[in-house]
Amino acid sequence: MVVVLGILVCASCVSPAQTPAVAYQRNPYDKARLEVEAAPDNRQQLWLIGTLGSFVALVGVTFLLYRTNRQRQTLNALLQGQQTNVQTLQTQLAAAGESLRTIQAQLIEKEKLASLGELTAGIAHEIQNPLNFVNNFAEVSIELADDLAGAVRTGNHQKAGLLVTDLQENMQQIAQSGRRASAIVQAMLEHARSGADKAQPTDLNALAEEFLRLAYYGQRAKNKDFACALQTSLAHELAPVNLVPQEIGRVLLNLYNNAFYAVQERARSRGLGAGEYQPQVSVSTQAENGKVELRVSDNGTGIPADIVPKIFQPFFTTKPAGQGTGLGLSLSYDIITNGHGGTITLDTQEGKGTTVSICLPAKLL
Amino acid sequence: MKILVIDDELPIQRLFEQRFRYEISRGNLELIFARSGEEALTKLPDASVVLILSDINMPGMSGLELLRQIRILYPQRPPAVVMITAYSDEQKRRQAALYGADDFLTKPLNFTLLRDRLTDYTTPIKTP
Repeated sequence: MVVVLGILVCASCVSPAQTPAVAYQRNPYDKARLEVEAAPDNRQQLWLIGTLGSFVALVGVTFLLYRTNRQRQTLNALLQGQQTNVQTLQTQLAAAGESLRTIQAQLIEKEKLASLGELTAGIAHEIQNPLNFVNNFAEVSIELADDLAGAVRTGNHQKAGLLVTDLQENMQQIAQSGRRASAIVQAMLEHARSGADKAQPTDLNALAEEFLRLAYYGQRAKNKDFACALQTSLAHELAPVNLVPQEIGRVLLNLYNNAFYAVQERARSRGLGAGEYQPQVSVSTQAENGKVELRVSDNGTGIPADIVPKIFQPFFTTKPAGQGTGLGLSLSYDIITNGHGGTITLDTQEGKGTTVSICLPAKLL
Repeated sequence: MKILVIDDELPIQRLFEQRFRYEISRGNLELIFARSGEEALTKLPDASVVLILSDINMPGMSGLELLRQIRILYPQRPPAVVMITAYSDEQKRRQAALYGADDFLTKPLNFTLLRDRLTDYTTPIKTP
């Protein structure tokens, strides 16, 4: 192509050289002389111009090639630099991901501890009660034993028989209270324990009631004036559900605490002594079509419609700063859907109340 | 002397009956029980109740709310009201006093102390 270009340049140079000959066409002698004299010079000039043109074209092409090569080298260097940057970014991204996972794990732990803190007062109350019975029944049994000794000494067998019966019943009461306190401590430890928890056949009704009491007394410990009607409507003869009790307990605690918070907020917004508002939180269970449904309802503030889609998002909270981690419902969602293959849905009406429904497969693999 | 004991824990009834078995057997004492504030209010029209022993932490109406209502409903014949709770809490104690509680006892109950104080609780204060 370069050569063709050179030839074209030569050709273009040849054409103007013929023009003077045309000017002398009127005088044939001059014309002939001119042709004889000019012919060798013109050829030399033409060759010179052609060669020069080809040289210029060659230089141009060389320059173009050189420039293209330089550009390619520059681009290669740039590309290599960018590849290095991408690798650096990938490393940073991996480190950030790892850091995020660590923070997430820490936050989950924090949420567990926060909910444990919520439980503490409730647990204290729950443990204190059976311990009181252990102490009180033990004390009264000492008195009864003294009476029994007296009855045996005096030969009053009828009284002795009655006293023995009382003592037996008291011992049963002491043993039962001890077991109850032990079970509460066990539940608390299980709640705080991290790591892989295993699913086991669980009495969902008992779990729902136990955590309702713990959550309620926890609220009462925080707010001395708080009073709320608790309603339970539990399915009779509900078969044990295969679930991870400490995880579902955590979900229940979150739902109850949210419900108690909502009714307290509604009571607060109405002001002291305004109207006849009776705070109410209820829990119900129902078995149907191979599934178990648990509902936690309250007649609290309800949730505005524009907030509902965000309610299960991590770190979303409507509570004032420091009162909620924003992870409660998010973790609950994860536990129910990913951990247990169930569903969790929310039905709410602003100013009327909220119902959260959990649906679990009656039998899990 | 009729005493109304209010506690949501059922074993408390057996405990009181055993602890006051001598007084009951001699006819010096009668115990009636309620497991909630709401149930207690239905039993209070019985004018022979001279002492109320009430737990504070109960589902539904709390012991403090019950106390407040008793003081509103029966200003003319105020029964003695003693509040009982599972753990010592100064704020609750003050609140109970504010609402007009006659005393505040902490669980586990010291029945010897309670027995000794029964007369004090049920004897009207003589004005000079």
